[in-house]
Amino acid sequence: MASILFITPSIVAVIVFVYIFIGWTGFISFTKWNNVLPNYTLVGFRNYKNLFANMRFQIDIHNTIVFTIVFVSSCLLIGLLLAFLIDRNIKGEFFFRNIFLFPMAISFVVTGVVWHWLLNPGSIQLGSIGINQLLDKIGLGFLKTGWYTDPKIGIIAVAIAAVWQFSGYTMALYLAGLRSIPMELREAAAIDGANQFQIFRYIILPFLRPITFGAIIILGHISLKIFDLVVAMTGPGPGFSTDVPALFMYDTTFRGNHFSQGASIAIILLLMVSLLIIPYLIYTSRKEART
Amino acid sequence: MKIRVSRVIIYAILISFAILYIIPIYVMVVTAMKSFSEVSLSTMWKPPSGFNFESFRTAWLGSTKEGFRGLSGSFFNSVLLVLPAVTISALLGSMNGYVLTKWRFRGSDILFPIILFGMFIPYQSILIPLVRTLQKIHLYGSIPGLIFVHVVYGIPITTLIFRNYYITIPTDLVEASKIDGANFFDVYRWVIFPLSTPGFAVAMIWQFTSIWNDFLFGLIVTPNPESQPITVALNNLAGSYIVQWNVQIAGALLTALPTLLVYIFLGRFFLRGLLAGSLKG
Repeated sequence: MASILFITPSIVAVIVFVYIFIGWTGFISFTKWNNVLPNYTLVGFRNYKNLFANMRFQIDIHNTIVFTIVFVSSCLLIGLLLAFLIDRNIKGEFFFRNIFLFPMAISFVVTGVVWHWLLNPGSIQLGSIGINQLLDKIGLGFLKTGWYTDPKIGIIAVAIAAVWQFSGYTMALYLAGLRSIPMELREAAAIDGANQFQIFRYIILPFLRPITFGAIIILGHISLKIFDLVVAMTGPGPGFSTDVPALFMYDTTFRGNHFSQGASIAIILLLMVSLLIIPYLIYTSRKEART
Repeated sequence: MKIRVSRVIIYAILISFAILYIIPIYVMVVTAMKSFSEVSLSTMWKPPSGFNFESFRTAWLGSTKEGFRGLSGSFFNSVLLVLPAVTISALLGSMNGYVLTKWRFRGSDILFPIILFGMFIPYQSILIPLVRTLQKIHLYGSIPGLIFVHVVYGIPITTLIFRNYYITIPTDLVEASKIDGANFFDVYRWVIFPLSTPGFAVAMIWQFTSIWNDFLFGLIVTPNPESQPITVALNNLAGSYIVQWNVQIAGALLTALPTLLVYIFLGRFFLRGLLAGSLKG
């Protein structure tokens, strides 16, 4: 009995502040509260219909997809490469590991402010600044672009900053995974005449598969929720080219006072995240129950 | 010879990546150190001619002449916010982890994923009810309100960290003290709690970093500049057209400093929290 008493405050808090609040938001999304004063007249799916017809929301969904693909795949590839190299018995492992991981300790707002200036293309009066100027100096001037000021690639520029911050995370995950592969397994394969590539392909990669799976889920849900970085780095951008659903929700709800409309964005966002997370939670708790 | 060449390639790749990763920090440090007369966007990459703390001073104190607030007030707000929030949420996590691993009851296995889900939700989906509720209980717009919010939404991750840690403490230890007549609280007080230091280190450092770095809750719960945390103040500073970019960068460095220091000195605990966050610690 005492044990249940001990955990009750937390359970109640989670049930109220997570589940009941989600239900409450869901309810608001079906009402007519699109003004400062609450109005709980039910309007069915009207807010959702308006949302899907809204051009800004369509652009947001497109941006989220592009951002997620660029962010998740770059983090996985860079993380795997770095982990693999660091695992090769190198000198200065401690130094390299920490250089790649320290951005994880920094706030997205800080990252946004710094990358805002790094990826600022400059102007006619100023000439090239930031990364563009650096590219000029090292003879890669042809790579210069407008970064986040270019509506076509704006969201990719934001993804670059996010990759800077998070690829060390995948490196750490993969490195932990590589270190858990028994040495004998690799040695046995080498004795059997397997070359480096075969060892990588048939021993190491299968070992890293569950880590990759987990990393995709974690990074994927971060990219669906991305907010701070966009606010600090670019805002919605020209023609909403760097806008995302979380920012649209904030603008709609807390700046525009369209609470029901904002709630509908929040619910769509939650559904997208749940689609990723719930199967993962079920999978991990089952796997744990088996072991 | 072949081995030598591949070694060179490994180091070449690692060093190039290291340089790429340092670039933002390099720009932050050199920019923040330049004097106002020296600072110019077109000489962004040039090292400073000497140490100069003008930019830091302005970012910290603000400027009454140009009319913007410095970060000093919100820096202390963040300190006042982080210390209690971290302590309380680590304690709650420890209590929950203890029950979920050593005093399991019917349904406790289902409870864990239910709690855990709370750390993945987009907080947008609870913000409207949260603001209404905080207004009702008179915590809206205040630092205690923000502490409360971080404690509540920190429950999933701290519970996870402690649960993963307590699993490694042999249950025999608990059983033995139960046979000796120790009750639920005795076991926690005299057996589990004294062994919990590593768990507390991981949970507290994780919570310190994520609460210090939080932006969304600060933005929504404390709209008034007097109680804003530093990330929100930095965003206001950087979003203002009257603030020079070197002051913004110095402000960013000031904001990043506490968590960077924690990373430098206690990085291995941070890493463990990070790995725990992907569920299997």
